Amino acid sequence: MMLEVSLKHRFAGFDLDAQFRAPPGVTVLFGRSGSGKTTIINAVAGLLSPDQGRIAAGDWVLLDTKSGLQLRPHRRRIGYIFQEGRLFPHLSVRQNLGYGAWFAPKDAPREDMGRIVDLLGLGALLDRRPGALSGGEKQRVAIGRALLSAPKLILADEPLAALDEARKAEILPYLERLRDEVNIPILYVSHAASEVARLASSVVAIEAGRVVAQGPAAEVLGDPAILPAGAREAGALITARVVRHHDDGLSELEANGIALFLPRLANVPGTQLRLRIAAHDVILSRNRPEGLSALNILPGLVQDIRAGAGPGAIVAIDTAAGRVLARVTRRSALALGLAPGVGVHAIVKSVSVAPADVGGAAAS
Amino acid sequence: MTDWLGPAEWQAVALSLRVSLWATLFSLPFGIFVAYALARWSFPGKQIVNGLVHLPLILPPVVTGYLLLLSFGTRGPIGSFLADWGIVFAFRWSGAALAAAIMAFPLMVRAIRLSIEAVDPKLEQAAATLGAAPAWVFLTVTLPMALPGIVTGTILAFAKAMGEFGATITFVSNIPGETRTIPSAIYAFLQVPGGEGAALRLVIVAVVVAMAALLLSEIFARRVAARVGGQ
Repeated sequence: MMLEVSLKHRFAGFDLDAQFRAPPGVTVLFGRSGSGKTTIINAVAGLLSPDQGRIAAGDWVLLDTKSGLQLRPHRRRIGYIFQEGRLFPHLSVRQNLGYGAWFAPKDAPREDMGRIVDLLGLGALLDRRPGALSGGEKQRVAIGRALLSAPKLILADEPLAALDEARKAEILPYLERLRDEVNIPILYVSHAASEVARLASSVVAIEAGRVVAQGPAAEVLGDPAILPAGAREAGALITARVVRHHDDGLSELEANGIALFLPRLANVPGTQLRLRIAAHDVILSRNRPEGLSALNILPGLVQDIRAGAGPGAIVAIDTAAGRVLARVTRRSALALGLAPGVGVHAIVKSVSVAPADVGGAAAS
Repeated sequence: MTDWLGPAEWQAVALSLRVSLWATLFSLPFGIFVAYALARWSFPGKQIVNGLVHLPLILPPVVTGYLLLLSFGTRGPIGSFLADWGIVFAFRWSGAALAAAIMAFPLMVRAIRLSIEAVDPKLEQAAATLGAAPAWVFLTVTLPMALPGIVTGTILAFAKAMGEFGATITFVSNIPGETRTIPSAIYAFLQVPGGEGAALRLVIVAVVVAMAALLLSEIFARRVAARVGGQ
Protein backbone atom coordinates (compact mmCIF):
# COMPACT_ATOMS: atom_id res chain seq x y z
CA MET A 1 0.00 0.00 0.00
CA MET A 2 1.36 3.37 -1.04
CA LEU A 3 0.70 6.46 1.06
CA GLU A 4 0.29 9.58 -1.03
CA VAL A 5 0.46 12.96 0.61
CA SER A 6 -0.03 16.37 -0.93
CA LEU A 7 -0.42 19.37 1.34
CA LYS A 8 -0.55 23.13 1.22
CA HIS A 9 -0.86 25.14 4.38
CA ARG A 10 -0.08 28.72 5.28
CA PHE A 11 1.07 29.71 8.75
CA ALA A 12 2.18 33.12 9.91
CA GLY A 13 5.63 33.38 8.36
CA PHE A 14 5.77 29.81 7.11
CA ASP A 15 4.39 28.08 4.04
CA LEU A 16 4.05 24.36 3.81
CA ASP A 17 3.87 22.94 0.30
CA ALA A 18 4.77 19.28 0.24
CA GLN A 19 4.04 16.32 -2.02
CA PHE A 20 5.48 12.88 -1.50
CA ARG A 21 4.77 9.16 -1.70
CA ALA A 22 5.62 6.69 1.00
CA PRO A 23 6.08 3.05 -0.12
CA PRO A 24 5.69 0.18 2.37
CA GLY A 25 8.45 -0.01 4.97
CA VAL A 26 9.79 2.94 6.92
CA THR A 27 9.66 6.30 5.18
CA VAL A 28 11.60 8.86 7.14
CA LEU A 29 10.63 12.53 6.93
CA PHE A 30 14.07 13.97 7.38
CA GLY A 31 14.93 17.59 8.01
CA ARG A 32 15.96 20.13 10.59
CA SER A 33 13.77 21.23 13.48
CA GLY A 34 11.15 23.67 12.24
CA SER A 35 11.20 22.41 8.66
CA GLY A 36 7.56 21.31 8.87
CA LYS A 37 7.92 17.57 9.46
CA THR A 38 5.61 17.43 12.47
CA THR A 39 3.08 19.62 10.69
CA ILE A 40 2.94 17.12 7.85
CA ILE A 41 2.54 14.14 10.15
CA ASN A 42 -0.16 15.95 12.17
CA ALA A 43 -2.05 16.65 8.95
CA VAL A 44 -1.89 12.93 8.12
CA ALA A 45 -3.23 12.14 11.59
CA GLY A 46 -5.99 14.73 11.23
CA LEU A 47 -4.80 16.82 14.18
CA LEU A 48 -4.27 19.73 11.80
CA SER A 49 -6.57 20.80 8.96
CA PRO A 50 -4.49 21.96 6.01
CA ASP A 51 -5.75 24.70 3.69
CA GLN A 52 -5.50 22.36 0.71
CA GLY A 53 -4.45 18.82 0.21
CA ARG A 54 -5.09 15.18 -0.45
CA ILE A 55 -3.95 12.27 1.68
CA ALA A 56 -4.67 8.70 0.65
CA ALA A 57 -3.35 5.31 1.65
CA GLY A 58 -4.00 3.10 -1.34
CA ASP A 59 -7.65 3.65 -2.26
CA TRP A 60 -8.51 4.77 1.25
CA VAL A 61 -8.85 8.57 1.25
CA LEU A 62 -8.22 10.38 4.53
CA LEU A 63 -8.41 13.91 3.23
CA ASP A 64 -9.41 15.53 -0.01
CA THR A 65 -10.09 19.24 0.29
CA LYS A 66 -11.29 19.41 -3.34
CA SER A 67 -14.23 17.13 -2.61
CA GLY A 68 -14.56 18.45 0.93
CA LEU A 69 -13.71 15.11 2.48
CA GLN A 70 -11.93 15.17 5.79
CA LEU A 71 -11.99 12.19 8.13
CA ARG A 72 -11.97 13.03 11.83
CA PRO A 73 -8.81 11.81 13.62
CA HIS A 74 -10.61 8.95 15.34
CA ARG A 75 -11.80 7.56 12.00
CA ARG A 76 -8.37 7.53 10.35
CA ARG A 77 -7.15 4.26 11.87
CA ILE A 78 -3.68 5.60 12.48
CA GLY A 79 -1.24 4.49 15.13
CA TYR A 80 0.56 7.63 16.23
CA ILE A 81 3.71 7.30 18.34
CA PHE A 82 4.30 10.68 19.90
CA GLN A 83 7.64 12.15 20.87
CA GLU A 84 6.59 12.36 24.52
CA GLY A 85 4.77 9.05 24.62
CA ARG A 86 1.49 10.57 25.77
CA LEU A 87 0.48 7.53 27.80
CA PHE A 88 -2.70 7.86 29.83
CA PRO A 89 -1.46 8.34 33.40
CA HIS A 90 -4.69 7.13 35.01
CA LEU A 91 -4.59 3.77 33.23
CA SER A 92 -2.29 0.80 33.77
CA VAL A 93 0.12 -0.27 31.04
CA ARG A 94 -2.27 -3.09 30.15
CA GLN A 95 -5.18 -0.65 29.84
CA ASN A 96 -3.07 1.75 27.81
CA LEU A 97 -2.17 -1.05 25.42
CA GLY A 98 -5.79 -2.12 25.13
CA TYR A 99 -7.17 1.39 24.66
CA GLY A 100 -6.90 1.57 20.88
CA ALA A 101 -7.90 -2.05 20.35
CA TRP A 102 -11.16 -1.35 22.15
CA PHE A 103 -12.13 1.32 19.63
CA ALA A 104 -10.93 -0.52 16.53
CA PRO A 105 -13.62 -1.98 14.24
CA LYS A 106 -14.51 -5.51 15.28
CA ASP A 107 -13.47 -6.98 11.92
CA ALA A 108 -10.13 -5.13 11.70
CA PRO A 109 -7.03 -7.31 11.35
CA ARG A 110 -5.48 -7.18 14.81
CA GLU A 111 -2.08 -7.72 16.25
CA ASP A 112 -2.04 -10.27 19.01
CA MET A 113 -1.53 -8.58 22.39
CA GLY A 114 0.79 -11.34 23.61
CA ARG A 115 2.95 -11.10 20.51
CA ILE A 116 3.37 -7.32 20.79
CA VAL A 117 4.06 -7.59 24.52
CA ASP A 118 6.85 -10.07 23.70
CA LEU A 119 8.14 -8.06 20.75
CA LEU A 120 8.52 -4.95 22.91
CA GLY A 121 9.50 -6.69 26.14
CA LEU A 122 6.54 -5.34 28.12
CA GLY A 123 5.61 -8.48 30.08
CA ALA A 124 6.87 -7.25 33.44
CA LEU A 125 5.28 -3.80 33.10
CA LEU A 126 1.65 -4.68 32.42
CA ASP A 127 0.25 -3.92 35.86
CA ARG A 128 2.24 -0.74 36.43
CA ARG A 129 1.12 2.79 35.73
CA PRO A 130 2.99 5.12 33.39
CA GLY A 131 4.18 7.22 36.35
CA ALA A 132 6.32 4.28 37.48
CA LEU A 133 8.03 3.70 34.11
CA SER A 134 11.37 4.93 32.81
CA GLY A 135 11.51 7.03 29.66
CA GLY A 136 12.51 4.08 27.51
CA GLU A 137 9.79 1.88 28.95
CA LYS A 138 7.17 4.56 28.35
CA GLN A 139 8.20 4.85 24.72
CA ARG A 140 8.00 1.06 24.27
CA VAL A 141 4.48 1.08 25.72
CA ALA A 142 3.57 3.97 23.40
CA ILE A 143 4.80 1.94 20.43
CA GLY A 144 2.80 -1.07 21.57
CA ARG A 145 -0.32 1.00 22.13
CA ALA A 146 -0.12 2.39 18.59
CA LEU A 147 0.43 -1.08 17.10
CA LEU A 148 -2.46 -2.67 18.98
CA SER A 149 -5.01 -0.11 17.74
CA ALA A 150 -5.20 -2.13 14.50
CA PRO A 151 -3.78 0.76 12.46
CA LYS A 152 -3.60 0.96 8.69
CA LEU A 153 -0.64 3.28 8.98
CA ILE A 154 1.86 4.12 11.70
CA LEU A 155 3.12 7.63 12.35
CA ALA A 156 6.12 8.25 14.59
CA ASP A 157 7.16 11.77 15.53
CA GLU A 158 10.77 11.61 16.71
CA PRO A 159 9.93 8.83 19.16
CA LEU A 160 13.53 8.71 20.37
CA ALA A 161 14.28 12.42 20.59
CA ALA A 162 13.43 12.74 24.27
CA LEU A 163 15.67 9.83 25.26
CA ASP A 164 19.38 9.65 26.07
CA GLU A 165 21.77 7.54 24.00
CA ALA A 166 21.42 4.46 26.21
CA ARG A 167 17.61 4.51 25.96
CA LYS A 168 17.81 5.09 22.20
CA ALA A 169 20.03 2.04 21.88
CA GLU A 170 17.42 0.15 23.92
CA ILE A 171 14.54 1.06 21.61
CA LEU A 172 16.12 1.08 18.15
CA PRO A 173 16.22 -2.73 17.91
CA TYR A 174 12.50 -2.82 18.72
CA LEU A 175 11.78 -0.33 15.95
CA GLU A 176 13.85 -2.42 13.54
CA ARG A 177 11.90 -5.53 14.44
CA LEU A 178 8.71 -3.56 14.04
CA ARG A 179 9.72 -2.51 10.55
CA ASP A 180 10.61 -6.07 9.61
CA GLU A 181 7.75 -7.91 11.31
CA VAL A 182 4.75 -5.63 11.07
CA ASN A 183 3.43 -5.23 7.59
CA ILE A 184 2.13 -1.64 7.56
CA PRO A 185 3.66 1.56 6.20
CA ILE A 186 5.47 3.63 8.81
CA LEU A 187 5.96 7.36 8.44
CA TYR A 188 8.79 8.37 10.73
CA VAL A 189 9.84 11.92 11.53
CA SER A 190 13.47 12.44 12.46
CA HIS A 191 16.29 14.92 12.33
CA ALA A 192 18.91 12.42 13.49
CA ALA A 193 21.00 11.01 10.65
CA SER A 194 21.96 7.91 12.60
CA GLU A 195 18.30 6.97 13.12
CA VAL A 196 17.60 7.50 9.45
CA ALA A 197 20.53 5.31 8.50
CA ARG A 198 19.31 2.48 10.67
CA LEU A 199 15.59 2.61 10.00
CA ALA A 200 14.79 4.20 6.68
CA SER A 201 13.72 2.25 3.63
CA SER A 202 13.10 5.54 1.88
CA VAL A 203 13.72 9.13 2.79
CA VAL A 204 11.73 12.29 2.16
CA ALA A 205 13.99 15.27 2.77
CA ILE A 206 12.14 18.37 3.97
CA GLU A 207 13.47 21.88 4.03
CA ALA A 208 11.46 24.97 5.00
CA GLY A 209 8.14 23.27 4.34
CA ARG A 210 9.12 21.81 0.97
CA VAL A 211 10.20 18.38 -0.18
CA VAL A 212 13.72 18.76 -1.58
CA ALA A 213 14.30 15.08 -2.37
CA GLN A 214 12.67 11.71 -1.98
CA GLY A 215 13.80 8.21 -2.79
CA PRO A 216 15.67 5.20 -1.42
CA ALA A 217 17.67 6.08 1.69
CA ALA A 218 21.17 5.54 0.19
CA GLU A 219 20.34 7.75 -2.80
CA VAL A 220 18.98 10.68 -0.80
CA LEU A 221 21.59 10.55 1.97
CA GLY A 222 24.46 10.24 -0.54
CA ASP A 223 23.46 13.32 -2.50
CA PRO A 224 25.67 16.25 -1.45
CA ALA A 225 23.14 18.69 -2.86
CA ILE A 226 20.57 17.74 -0.22
CA LEU A 227 22.14 17.09 3.18
CA PRO A 228 18.82 17.63 4.95
CA ALA A 229 20.42 17.56 8.39
CA GLY A 230 23.22 19.91 7.42
CA ALA A 231 26.84 19.25 6.46
CA ARG A 232 27.79 18.46 10.06
CA GLU A 233 25.50 15.42 10.10
CA ALA A 234 26.13 14.29 6.52
CA GLY A 235 26.88 10.65 5.89
CA ALA A 236 26.43 8.08 3.16
CA LEU A 237 25.07 4.53 3.27
CA ILE A 238 26.68 1.53 1.65
CA THR A 239 25.68 -2.10 1.74
CA ALA A 240 28.18 -4.80 2.64
CA ARG A 241 28.25 -8.54 3.34
CA VAL A 242 30.01 -10.20 6.27
CA VAL A 243 32.75 -12.49 4.88
CA ARG A 244 34.54 -13.91 7.89
CA HIS A 245 35.64 -13.12 11.42
CA HIS A 246 39.39 -12.94 11.99
CA ASP A 247 41.22 -14.07 15.11
CA ASP A 248 42.58 -10.60 15.84
CA GLY A 249 39.12 -9.30 16.71
CA LEU A 250 38.23 -7.87 13.31
CA SER A 251 35.40 -8.83 10.98
CA GLU A 252 35.98 -8.75 7.26
CA LEU A 253 33.20 -7.40 5.07
CA GLU A 254 32.93 -7.06 1.35
CA ALA A 255 31.17 -4.29 -0.51
CA ASN A 256 31.05 -4.95 -4.23
CA GLY A 257 34.62 -6.29 -4.33
CA ILE A 258 36.11 -3.92 -1.78
CA ALA A 259 37.24 -5.43 1.51
CA LEU A 260 36.37 -3.58 4.72
CA PHE A 261 37.51 -4.39 8.24
CA LEU A 262 35.41 -3.54 11.27
CA PRO A 263 35.67 -4.37 14.97
CA ARG A 264 34.17 -7.83 15.58
CA LEU A 265 30.47 -7.98 14.63
CA ALA A 266 27.97 -10.44 16.03
CA ASN A 267 26.48 -11.24 12.63
CA VAL A 268 27.11 -14.59 10.98
CA PRO A 269 29.10 -14.61 7.71
CA GLY A 270 26.84 -14.00 4.73
CA THR A 271 24.68 -11.39 6.51
CA GLN A 272 23.95 -8.26 4.53
CA LEU A 273 24.58 -5.11 6.54
CA ARG A 274 23.97 -1.44 5.96
CA LEU A 275 26.93 0.72 6.89
CA ARG A 276 26.77 4.41 7.60
CA ILE A 277 29.94 6.36 6.91
CA ALA A 278 29.75 9.83 8.43
CA ALA A 279 31.30 12.50 6.20
CA HIS A 280 33.45 13.78 9.06
CA ASP A 281 35.00 10.33 9.46
CA VAL A 282 36.41 10.31 5.91
CA ILE A 283 39.82 11.68 4.89
CA LEU A 284 40.75 12.13 1.23
CA SER A 285 44.06 11.44 -0.46
CA ARG A 286 45.02 11.84 -4.12
CA ASN A 287 47.57 9.00 -3.97
CA ARG A 288 47.12 5.58 -2.52
CA PRO A 289 48.24 6.26 1.05
CA GLU A 290 51.01 4.17 2.53
CA GLY A 291 52.24 3.84 6.07
CA LEU A 292 48.78 4.70 7.39
CA SER A 293 47.04 3.00 10.28
CA ALA A 294 43.58 3.18 8.68
CA LEU A 295 42.41 -0.17 7.34
CA ASN A 296 39.55 0.89 5.13
CA ILE A 297 40.52 2.74 1.99
CA LEU A 298 38.06 3.08 -0.87
CA PRO A 299 39.37 4.29 -4.23
CA GLY A 300 36.92 6.28 -6.36
CA LEU A 301 36.21 9.30 -8.49
CA VAL A 302 35.01 12.67 -7.25
CA GLN A 303 31.44 13.09 -8.38
CA ASP A 304 30.60 16.47 -6.94
CA ILE A 305 31.88 19.12 -4.53
CA ARG A 306 29.53 21.32 -2.56
CA ALA A 307 30.93 24.23 -0.64
CA GLY A 308 28.78 25.07 2.33
CA ALA A 309 28.72 28.08 4.59
CA GLY A 310 31.95 28.41 6.54
CA PRO A 311 35.26 26.79 5.68
CA GLY A 312 33.87 23.31 4.93
CA ALA A 313 32.94 21.49 1.77
CA ILE A 314 31.25 18.17 1.14
CA VAL A 315 32.83 15.93 -1.47
CA ALA A 316 30.86 13.08 -3.00
CA ILE A 317 33.00 10.17 -4.21
CA ASP A 318 31.71 7.31 -6.31
CA THR A 319 33.48 4.13 -5.25
CA ALA A 320 32.88 0.53 -6.23
CA ALA A 321 31.21 0.06 -2.84
CA GLY A 322 28.83 2.94 -3.47
CA ARG A 323 28.62 6.68 -2.89
CA VAL A 324 30.75 8.01 -0.03
CA LEU A 325 30.65 11.56 1.34
CA ALA A 326 33.65 13.32 2.84
CA ARG A 327 33.74 16.57 4.78
CA VAL A 328 36.92 18.52 4.10
CA THR A 329 37.92 22.16 4.29
CA ARG A 330 37.67 24.21 1.12
CA ARG A 331 41.35 24.96 1.47
CA SER A 332 42.32 21.28 1.28
CA ALA A 333 39.85 20.69 -1.54
CA LEU A 334 41.70 23.42 -3.44
CA ALA A 335 45.14 22.14 -2.42
CA LEU A 336 44.32 18.61 -3.57
CA GLY A 337 42.93 19.96 -6.82
CA LEU A 338 39.64 18.17 -6.29
CA ALA A 339 37.17 18.45 -9.13
CA PRO A 340 34.55 16.16 -10.61
CA GLY A 341 36.24 13.20 -12.33
CA VAL A 342 39.45 13.36 -10.28
CA GLY A 343 40.55 10.06 -8.73
CA VAL A 344 40.90 10.00 -4.92
CA HIS A 345 41.17 7.54 -2.08
CA ALA A 346 38.61 7.81 0.69
CA ILE A 347 40.15 6.80 4.00
CA VAL A 348 37.41 5.77 6.39
CA LYS A 349 38.15 6.24 10.10
CA SER A 350 35.01 4.64 11.47
CA VAL A 351 31.79 3.07 10.35
CA SER A 352 28.48 2.47 12.06
CA VAL A 353 26.52 -0.62 11.28
CA ALA A 354 22.83 -1.31 10.81
CA PRO A 355 21.16 -4.47 9.49
CA ALA A 356 20.63 -4.09 5.76
CA ASP A 357 17.32 -5.84 5.54
CA VAL A 358 15.42 -2.62 5.47
CA GLY A 359 11.73 -3.19 4.92
CA GLY A 360 10.04 -3.74 1.60
CA ALA A 361 12.00 -1.10 -0.29
CA ALA A 362 15.35 -2.84 0.15
CA ALA A 363 14.64 -4.95 -2.88
CA SER A 364 13.50 -2.11 -5.11
CA MET B 1 -28.68 10.05 68.91
CA THR B 2 -32.15 11.31 68.11
CA ASP B 3 -32.70 12.23 71.77
CA TRP B 4 -29.88 14.70 71.65
CA LEU B 5 -31.73 16.77 69.05
CA GLY B 6 -35.36 17.74 69.52
CA PRO B 7 -37.87 16.73 66.78
CA ALA B 8 -37.88 20.23 65.25
CA GLU B 9 -34.10 20.32 65.19
CA TRP B 10 -33.87 16.83 63.78
CA GLN B 11 -36.36 17.82 61.10
CA ALA B 12 -34.15 20.77 60.12
CA VAL B 13 -31.05 18.58 59.91
CA ALA B 14 -32.77 15.93 57.79
CA LEU B 15 -34.24 18.59 55.52
CA SER B 16 -30.88 20.30 55.12
CA LEU B 17 -29.23 17.03 54.11
CA ARG B 18 -32.01 16.26 51.63
CA VAL B 19 -31.97 19.75 50.11
CA SER B 20 -28.17 19.82 49.79
CA LEU B 21 -27.96 16.31 48.35
CA TRP B 22 -30.49 17.05 45.62
CA ALA B 23 -29.01 20.47 44.95
CA THR B 24 -25.56 18.95 44.47
CA LEU B 25 -26.63 15.90 42.46
CA PHE B 26 -28.76 17.90 40.06
CA SER B 27 -26.27 20.67 39.48
CA LEU B 28 -23.29 18.31 38.99
CA PRO B 29 -23.95 17.41 35.31
CA PHE B 30 -24.59 21.07 34.49
CA GLY B 31 -21.52 22.05 36.46
CA ILE B 32 -19.31 19.64 34.52
CA PHE B 33 -20.82 20.77 31.23
CA VAL B 34 -20.38 24.49 31.95
CA ALA B 35 -16.88 23.95 33.33
CA TYR B 36 -15.89 21.98 30.21
CA ALA B 37 -17.36 24.63 27.91
CA LEU B 38 -15.53 27.41 29.74
CA ALA B 39 -12.28 25.43 29.83
CA ARG B 40 -12.18 24.07 26.29
CA TRP B 41 -14.51 25.91 23.95
CA SER B 42 -14.28 29.38 22.60
CA PHE B 43 -17.65 30.83 21.70
CA PRO B 44 -19.16 34.31 21.48
CA GLY B 45 -20.44 35.48 24.84
CA LYS B 46 -18.12 33.20 26.80
CA GLN B 47 -17.27 36.00 29.23
CA ILE B 48 -20.97 36.68 29.75
CA VAL B 49 -21.63 33.03 30.58
CA ASN B 50 -18.65 33.11 32.92
CA GLY B 51 -20.02 36.23 34.58
CA LEU B 52 -23.51 34.79 34.96
CA VAL B 53 -22.12 31.64 36.58
CA HIS B 54 -20.16 33.70 39.07
CA LEU B 55 -22.89 36.24 39.76
CA PRO B 56 -24.40 34.44 42.80
CA LEU B 57 -20.97 34.56 44.42
CA ILE B 58 -20.87 38.34 44.23
CA LEU B 59 -24.50 39.44 44.49
CA PRO B 60 -26.08 39.80 47.93
CA PRO B 61 -27.85 36.44 48.51
CA VAL B 62 -31.10 38.35 49.11
CA VAL B 63 -30.90 39.66 45.56
CA THR B 64 -30.39 36.17 44.14
CA GLY B 65 -33.32 34.92 46.22
CA TYR B 66 -35.53 37.74 45.07
CA LEU B 67 -34.60 37.16 41.41
CA LEU B 68 -35.46 33.49 41.90
CA LEU B 69 -38.77 34.47 43.40
CA LEU B 70 -39.50 36.76 40.45
CA SER B 71 -38.70 34.15 37.82
CA PHE B 72 -39.57 30.86 39.55
CA GLY B 73 -42.46 32.12 41.70
CA THR B 74 -45.89 30.79 40.74
CA ARG B 75 -46.60 33.99 38.82
CA GLY B 76 -43.08 34.36 37.46
CA PRO B 77 -42.41 33.55 33.77
CA ILE B 78 -40.57 30.27 34.40
CA GLY B 79 -42.53 29.36 37.53
CA SER B 80 -45.94 29.66 35.85
CA PHE B 81 -44.72 27.66 32.85
CA LEU B 82 -43.37 24.88 35.09
CA ALA B 83 -46.51 24.97 37.22
CA ASP B 84 -48.49 23.82 34.18
CA TRP B 85 -46.33 20.70 34.24
CA GLY B 86 -46.91 20.23 37.94
CA ILE B 87 -43.45 21.42 38.99
CA VAL B 88 -43.58 24.03 41.73
CA PHE B 89 -40.55 25.56 43.40
CA ALA B 90 -41.99 28.44 45.39
CA PHE B 91 -42.24 27.73 49.13
CA ARG B 92 -41.33 24.06 48.63
CA TRP B 93 -38.24 22.15 49.69
CA SER B 94 -37.42 21.77 45.98
CA GLY B 95 -37.21 25.57 45.81
CA ALA B 96 -34.72 25.50 48.68
CA ALA B 97 -32.72 22.95 46.70
CA LEU B 98 -32.84 25.20 43.62
CA ALA B 99 -31.64 28.22 45.61
CA ALA B 100 -28.86 26.18 47.21
CA ALA B 101 -27.81 24.77 43.84
CA ILE B 102 -27.56 28.19 42.25
CA MET B 103 -25.64 29.66 45.17
CA ALA B 104 -23.21 26.71 45.19
CA PHE B 105 -22.83 26.56 41.40
CA PRO B 106 -19.90 29.02 41.06
CA LEU B 107 -17.82 27.09 43.60
CA MET B 108 -18.51 23.82 41.81
CA VAL B 109 -17.74 25.20 38.34
CA ARG B 110 -14.53 26.89 39.46
CA ALA B 111 -13.06 23.72 40.94
CA ILE B 112 -14.06 21.54 37.99
CA ARG B 113 -12.94 24.07 35.41
CA LEU B 114 -9.48 24.30 36.94
CA SER B 115 -9.07 20.54 36.91
CA ILE B 116 -10.26 20.23 33.31
CA GLU B 117 -7.85 22.96 32.26
CA ALA B 118 -5.09 20.94 33.89
CA VAL B 119 -5.79 17.94 31.64
CA ASP B 120 -3.23 18.01 28.81
CA PRO B 121 -5.07 18.36 25.48
CA LYS B 122 -2.25 16.30 23.97
CA LEU B 123 -3.59 13.28 25.84
CA GLU B 124 -7.02 13.93 24.35
CA GLN B 125 -5.42 14.10 20.90
CA ALA B 126 -3.66 10.81 21.57
CA ALA B 127 -6.98 9.22 22.49
CA ALA B 128 -8.51 10.52 19.26
CA THR B 129 -5.72 9.02 17.14
CA LEU B 130 -6.39 5.72 18.90
CA GLY B 131 -9.93 5.76 17.58
CA ALA B 132 -11.90 7.35 20.41
CA ALA B 133 -14.74 9.62 19.27
CA PRO B 134 -14.98 12.97 21.13
CA ALA B 135 -17.58 11.71 23.61
CA TRP B 136 -15.38 8.70 24.42
CA VAL B 137 -12.32 10.92 24.78
CA PHE B 138 -14.27 12.94 27.33
CA LEU B 139 -15.49 9.88 29.24
CA THR B 140 -12.25 7.89 29.24
CA VAL B 141 -9.58 10.61 29.46
CA THR B 142 -10.85 14.08 30.40
CA LEU B 143 -13.37 13.05 33.03
CA PRO B 144 -11.22 10.55 34.96
CA MET B 145 -8.23 12.87 34.88
CA ALA B 146 -10.34 15.78 36.14
CA LEU B 147 -11.87 13.63 38.87
CA PRO B 148 -9.97 15.16 41.81
CA GLY B 149 -11.35 18.59 40.90
CA ILE B 150 -14.82 17.19 40.33
CA VAL B 151 -14.81 15.56 43.78
CA THR B 152 -13.55 18.73 45.42
CA GLY B 153 -16.10 20.84 43.56
CA THR B 154 -18.94 18.53 44.48
CA ILE B 155 -18.13 18.43 48.17
CA LEU B 156 -17.54 22.17 48.33
CA ALA B 157 -20.89 22.71 46.64
CA PHE B 158 -22.55 20.36 49.15
CA ALA B 159 -21.06 22.24 52.08
CA LYS B 160 -22.11 25.56 50.58
CA ALA B 161 -25.64 24.22 50.01
CA MET B 162 -25.81 23.13 53.66
CA GLY B 163 -25.04 26.67 54.76
CA GLU B 164 -27.19 28.61 52.29
CA PHE B 165 -29.47 31.05 54.05
CA GLY B 166 -30.14 34.40 52.38
CA ALA B 167 -31.35 33.29 48.96
CA THR B 168 -33.28 30.38 50.46
CA ILE B 169 -35.23 32.36 53.03
CA THR B 170 -36.01 35.09 50.46
CA PHE B 171 -37.18 32.63 47.80
CA VAL B 172 -38.97 29.92 49.78
CA SER B 173 -39.40 31.52 53.23
CA ASN B 174 -38.88 29.60 56.47
CA ILE B 175 -41.57 26.91 56.70
CA PRO B 176 -40.94 24.17 59.29
CA GLY B 177 -40.63 20.77 57.65
CA GLU B 178 -40.66 22.24 54.15
CA THR B 179 -38.02 24.92 53.81
CA ARG B 180 -36.59 25.34 57.31
CA THR B 181 -33.01 24.13 56.80
CA ILE B 182 -30.37 24.33 59.52
CA PRO B 183 -29.43 28.00 58.95
CA SER B 184 -33.09 29.06 58.80
CA ALA B 185 -33.82 27.01 61.93
CA ILE B 186 -30.93 28.60 63.82
CA TYR B 187 -32.23 32.01 62.80
CA ALA B 188 -35.79 31.08 63.89
CA PHE B 189 -34.63 29.67 67.25
CA LEU B 190 -32.69 32.85 67.94
CA GLN B 191 -35.87 34.90 67.39
CA VAL B 192 -37.77 33.23 70.26
CA PRO B 193 -36.90 33.45 74.00
CA GLY B 194 -35.17 30.28 75.29
CA GLY B 195 -34.25 29.09 71.81
CA GLU B 196 -30.48 29.51 72.35
CA GLY B 197 -30.00 25.88 73.41
CA ALA B 198 -31.56 24.49 70.24
CA ALA B 199 -29.70 27.03 68.13
CA LEU B 200 -26.38 26.04 69.71
CA ARG B 201 -27.01 22.35 69.06
CA LEU B 202 -27.70 23.11 65.41
CA VAL B 203 -24.58 25.24 65.26
CA ILE B 204 -22.59 22.22 66.41
CA VAL B 205 -24.23 20.06 63.76
CA ALA B 206 -23.42 22.66 61.09
CA VAL B 207 -19.78 22.87 62.16
CA VAL B 208 -19.41 19.09 62.26
CA VAL B 209 -21.00 18.60 58.83
CA ALA B 210 -18.88 21.35 57.28
CA MET B 211 -15.66 20.00 58.79
CA ALA B 212 -16.50 16.45 57.77
CA ALA B 213 -17.20 17.57 54.22
CA LEU B 214 -13.89 19.41 53.97
CA LEU B 215 -11.90 16.50 55.42
CA LEU B 216 -13.70 14.03 53.22
CA SER B 217 -13.02 16.08 50.10
CA GLU B 218 -9.36 16.41 51.05
CA ILE B 219 -8.91 12.65 51.63
CA PHE B 220 -10.87 11.68 48.57
CA ALA B 221 -9.19 14.17 46.27
CA ARG B 222 -5.78 13.05 47.46
CA ARG B 223 -6.61 9.40 46.90
CA VAL B 224 -7.98 10.05 43.43
CA ALA B 225 -5.02 12.28 42.56
CA ALA B 226 -2.63 9.48 43.54
CA ARG B 227 -4.57 7.11 41.31
CA VAL B 228 -4.58 9.49 38.38
CA GLY B 229 -0.98 10.54 38.92
CA GLY B 230 -0.20 6.88 38.59
CA GLN B 231 2.51 4.97 40.43
